[in-house]
Amino acid sequence: MQMTDSRTIAASPEMVWAAILDPEVLKQCVPGCTEMSGSAEEGFEATVVQKVGPVKATFKGTVVLSEMVPGQSLTLTGEGKGGAAGFAKGGADVKLVPVEGGTELHYDVDAKVGGKLAQLGSRIIDGFAKKMADQFFSNFQDAVEGPKPAEADGPDADAPQAEGGEAKKGWFKKLVS
Amino acid sequence: MPKDHGIGASPKRREDVRFLTGAGNYTDDINVHGQAYVHFLRSDLAHGKINGIDTSAAEAMPGVVRIFTGKDFEGVGGLPCGWQVTDKHGEVMKEPAHPVLAQGKVRHVGDPIAAVVADSLEQARTAAEAIVLDIEELPAVVDMNKALEPGATKVHDDLSDNLCYDWQFGTDTETTDAAFKNAAHVTTLELVNNRLVANPMEPRVAVGQYSRAGGDYTLYTTSQNPHVIRLLMGAFVLGIPEHKLRVVAPDVGGGFGTKIFHYAEEAFCTFAAKACNRPVKWTSTRSEAFMSDAHGRDHVTKIELALDKDNNFTAVRTDTKANMGAYLSTFSSSVPTWLHGTLMAGNYRTPAVQVNVKAVFTNTVPVDAYRGAGRPEATFQLERVIDMAARELGVDPIALRRQNFITQFPYATPVAVEYDTGDYEATMAKMEELMDIPGFAARRAASEKNGKLRGLGINCFIEACGIAPSNLVGQLGARAGLYDAATVRVNATGSISVMVGAHSHGQGHETVFPQVVAEMLGIDESMIDIVHGDTSKIPFGMGTYGSRSLAVCGSAMVRATEKIINKAKKIAGHLLEASDSDIELKDGMFSVAGTDKSVAWGDVTLAAYVPHNYPLEDIEPGLEETAFYDPANFTYPAGAYACEVEVDPETGKVTIEKFVSADDFGNVVNPMIVEGQVHGGIAQGIGQALLENCAYDENGQLLSASYMDYAMPRADDIPHMAHYVVDHSCQTPCTHNPLGVKGCGEAGAIGSPPTVVNAVIDALHSGGHTHVKHIDMPVTPSRVWAAMNSQ
Repeated sequence: MQMTDSRTIAASPEMVWAAILDPEVLKQCVPGCTEMSGSAEEGFEATVVQKVGPVKATFKGTVVLSEMVPGQSLTLTGEGKGGAAGFAKGGADVKLVPVEGGTELHYDVDAKVGGKLAQLGSRIIDGFAKKMADQFFSNFQDAVEGPKPAEADGPDADAPQAEGGEAKKGWFKKLVS
Repeated sequence: MPKDHGIGASPKRREDVRFLTGAGNYTDDINVHGQAYVHFLRSDLAHGKINGIDTSAAEAMPGVVRIFTGKDFEGVGGLPCGWQVTDKHGEVMKEPAHPVLAQGKVRHVGDPIAAVVADSLEQARTAAEAIVLDIEELPAVVDMNKALEPGATKVHDDLSDNLCYDWQFGTDTETTDAAFKNAAHVTTLELVNNRLVANPMEPRVAVGQYSRAGGDYTLYTTSQNPHVIRLLMGAFVLGIPEHKLRVVAPDVGGGFGTKIFHYAEEAFCTFAAKACNRPVKWTSTRSEAFMSDAHGRDHVTKIELALDKDNNFTAVRTDTKANMGAYLSTFSSSVPTWLHGTLMAGNYRTPAVQVNVKAVFTNTVPVDAYRGAGRPEATFQLERVIDMAARELGVDPIALRRQNFITQFPYATPVAVEYDTGDYEATMAKMEELMDIPGFAARRAASEKNGKLRGLGINCFIEACGIAPSNLVGQLGARAGLYDAATVRVNATGSISVMVGAHSHGQGHETVFPQVVAEMLGIDESMIDIVHGDTSKIPFGMGTYGSRSLAVCGSAMVRATEKIINKAKKIAGHLLEASDSDIELKDGMFSVAGTDKSVAWGDVTLAAYVPHNYPLEDIEPGLEETAFYDPANFTYPAGAYACEVEVDPETGKVTIEKFVSADDFGNVVNPMIVEGQVHGGIAQGIGQALLENCAYDENGQLLSASYMDYAMPRADDIPHMAHYVVDHSCQTPCTHNPLGVKGCGEAGAIGSPPTVVNAVIDALHSGGHTHVKHIDMPVTPSRVWAAMNSQ
């Protein structure tokens, strides 16, 4: 499946770029991530627990960053194996464009699933992948700039909010500013 | 008045007592002391190179007995294909190796990579998670056209390409081309016969057992043909001679073709029972069934029909691509060829018929026979193109078919078979009567008043059943004979056990076969039982498929019963001091013609086993006879079907309002069972037409592997029984088997899909959607709606 979207983050491209390369940020942002280690240079290793329709599994996988143009663009490629549940893999091409009030983050995601995930979850996998991407980038936005109070009333009210939602600034922004 | 016993009566199915009270004995009910359980680790990639399998961590886990991989099976044979097709260039088909466990590569999702045998199933499953696979994903070929492109990824590296064979059959190209050149009208249709999963209610199960004391193996398995499994597995895979291998197929909960074939799991359990010195059991999950039971259909066809200026059919030409999947399943190669091409004349006297079939390897589950096997594919394309031609020419589809019917029998078609008998006009007329064709206009008007579009679909079909004359199929590439066998064992008190090669897994043999023997001997059916499904108990048998049980095995049983009667008459003649040529058998009594001297059945059978007063110098004691029967020809059941559908123009949803079948099965032994077979077959055909579809994505991932995504027909998808009329009163008995029967098991599934699609197209045209020429099955609401709104 493929999806394309963008969102504007109230932070400079440099700050967004630094956040993307931080394993702690990624751990906070990947929905269901329980472990994340490694570095932008070496690649990350992650453990993610997710439930796709009737299939719940622990995925162990790797995320590699490539095509890195600092402050402008990069490609994330990941693959996770969920044992009997099958596998998921995919990539995202991310572009950062400075705009008024911050950075526009564009992403093109291409994801694939296999094994039991495909067999049992094919009807719901597109929606699931979109939800995962939305959550990831919402979490990312929150981590960088802090959540908007009005969002709780929006259509994505059920989407999990990042920890420390009351802070005006995102925790990452606080950390580096 | 209907008969209440013997041939023509409808006693209730005696097997249903145990099936309906939970007393059936299925393979999964069989548990052997000390058995271990196997879990297969299956590929979740469609295509990949196996670089390594590390089982060391898994082997150390609790309860693990042994873990097997493809390496363990290097010394044994692969799963064989039972039919060698020769292509149009005189070359034999490509026949890739089909290992029990994957060797070197995985070739479809579900291909077994490793097998974990453990004390419990949970332990086996848990240990399988600890196996570390190093498999390099390769591009998968899924689409048949792409698989045939030059340079396409090869499913089998040792073959030159993915083409299994390029087969041509029937009228020569020059004659066929000339017929098309001279045609007044040509109708062309491209269509897909959708891939199906058989989904018998009972998934497959295998229990392997080995006795070191005698070196004997036993395999309990969910099979339609235990002797065929013994032959294939014993001779070709594991090298076990027949006398050391017993195969038992106890109660089997439906087969529909997919339990004909010899599967890897059967060979595995048998092999592992010896290797582990423990019985080994495997029970398929439903998910496994979707990715390891052979699938059905999956043809893509272009068909052309040529007509002269008077609308006579002058030629048919087809070009089909048939998906074989990743390996050749047991009878896969015969389905798109000899079970399909030979039926392309249909019920019509078309002088030129040419069939072209390319069989293609892809990274999908193997495809093989499924209820109808080749004949539904033939009927679907022919009857769809005829319907389309009628529409293009503005003629009545019934009249166009009628005008082209074969009326003289026997009739030799341009595609090698000779129809012995039939009366297509009779079934057509019966269908018209039952459907009330003249009343259709009023019913359509009533539907339109309710905002619905109503369509009438017509279909005729012929099938070649009673499979099959051994000498003929041998010439065509079959690697087995297709006769059958029966032993009639008369016991001392007159009761009878009939050991039959046909296997009953829903057909009702246990009820029907005694009706025949009872009729011949004039004794009560309750004195007769059928024994089947165990190679140690029955003489031999090629099993149940191709609507063959009664026509072939039933004929063997008749021949064996005739031998019994001949011998019993000799005994009766001795007891009555008369010549056996003067003895008559009626209502269970042997009497001397023209006298009142008689002796009862039980007296004769007792004399055979207590031969105190017995012609020992002329005949042996005992009363048991065996016969093998090899049919002289196929049988040719045929029929005319019709259905009326309503289409909701707002949603595209199709509902079947009425379905009528008028079948000619020749003589009918048990009308109730025949009607049940046809009801079931039509329901399966409706499933194919409206609901079922096995879907893969472009990477070879199986997307429809549960009942959430694979839609089986349910009760509310078929018409109410009052509008679900099956008739078999048109009977032209088969001319070459002793019962005059033709077989009824597959007719419904063959005849119904085109009937439904023809009706849907008719409904859409009535609503002005005349641009819709065809909709591929399954005719789902979204496809109908999209077709209606495609202009």
